[in-house]
Amino acid sequence: MSNLFSQIFTPANFSFMMKGLGMTVMISIGAVFFSTIIGSVLALIRTYATGKYRIFGKLIAAYTEFFRCTPNLLWILWIYFTIKGNKVAISVFAITLFTSAVMAEIFRGGLNSIPKGQFEAAESQGFSFVQTIVYIVWPQTFKKVIPALLSQIITVLKDTSFLRMVDIPEFMRNSSVVMGSIYDVRGMMILYGFEALCYFVICFTLSLVVRGYQKRQGAAPRKVVRAQSAVESAG
Amino acid sequence: MFNGLMKINRWNALLEAIPEYYIPGFLMTLRTAVCGLLLALLLGLIFGLMSTSRAKILKLISRVYVEFFQNTPLALQVVFYYSGLPILLGGTGTRIPKFILGLMGVGIYHGAYIAEVIRTGIEAIPAGQSEAAKSQGFSYIQTMRYIIMPQTIKIIMPPLANQALNLVKNTSVLAMVAGMDLMYFTDSFGSNTGYFAQAYFASALMYFIICYPLARLARYLEIRALRQPVAKIAIDQMMEDSINV
Repeated sequence: MSNLFSQIFTPANFSFMMKGLGMTVMISIGAVFFSTIIGSVLALIRTYATGKYRIFGKLIAAYTEFFRCTPNLLWILWIYFTIKGNKVAISVFAITLFTSAVMAEIFRGGLNSIPKGQFEAAESQGFSFVQTIVYIVWPQTFKKVIPALLSQIITVLKDTSFLRMVDIPEFMRNSSVVMGSIYDVRGMMILYGFEALCYFVICFTLSLVVRGYQKRQGAAPRKVVRAQSAVESAG
Repeated sequence: MFNGLMKINRWNALLEAIPEYYIPGFLMTLRTAVCGLLLALLLGLIFGLMSTSRAKILKLISRVYVEFFQNTPLALQVVFYYSGLPILLGGTGTRIPKFILGLMGVGIYHGAYIAEVIRTGIEAIPAGQSEAAKSQGFSYIQTMRYIIMPQTIKIIMPPLANQALNLVKNTSVLAMVAGMDLMYFTDSFGSNTGYFAQAYFASALMYFIICYPLARLARYLEIRALRQPVAKIAIDQMMEDSINV
């Protein structure tokens, strides 16, 4: 058994797989970074575009609906086969295109949960619309959507495994290359276990962070209420 | 991406390919999705109930199932069912049928998400109701059947519709193991002819036809369920969790 381990996890194999894992993480971070920016811009336009700009809101709504109703893998393949260029950059682009639609929905949910009264209050204090968004609405929205954003990182990280189909040297593809050189059945099982373990450790850690954050967020309003009632009872 | 999208002969080729590629693919995707959803609901119900039971061991089993399948990629799971599982089962050269592969893949994966939805739904009902039912002589099954579940169902319908939508999209991983589904046939039409723009455009429309009604249903159910004030917090939470998995 230990013989088998040393046969699979040779320094060359191990570093090859870890390079793949690095690629997986880098692609995920890149896609989440860009789609957070694009998604927040889209959500702002969709929520606040009025008058003659309403058409942009409509277009963004159509974009989000269409992408929410088609698989990520479809966009990865479509873009991979029809755009020439750096394959890794193309993959990031494809995943970003898909994830931006999800991000836009997440941010829109956050924006909608900000009470309208805050705009009126800001206006009465002489804030311009842009100032209201930048200083008052956006910080609250962002804080509210952090758990959903982190969950999205998990989803994107898992989805990068689709890239195996287009031969990007990410974790799952590199691991199956290694698997191709192992002829022992137990060796295959060990490798599958190792792959699952690596994904699990990253995703589970992230999901624990999400849960911890949600718990704190959930506890915060109650703390405020308690503080208030303490003030009231003291008064 | 849209290269050659305007060429008439390519569209004609696509039209001709519909009976041979797109119809069998579409039906396979639909079949896998429907049966996968049934399996996911069944697993979700079993593990969801286990995670709300008082027995520690049942809770633990349910936790392990949910965490493991939520935190590993569906693609890895399906590839394992395809090439690893037959070996584990002892057969040499035996292959699990593609339909079963797809059904297992999305069924077990989404079962883990649905278990969490059902758990949250049950926990949203105040514990006092179970205690009251017990004091009135209701058994566990009677309590669930007549008191908890009727209320839970109203809360969990919107996130379940979201899960169904994601499940349909996720059947596309079958293409990774040559699963004869819509994505696989799209891919093979595209690479046989080189008309990728047409191939994926048609495929996107077909997925959209299945998924859009589900998206509308999810929204409608959410608006309806939010009229129940008790449900608000639970639904917000579950919808956030189920927006895209």
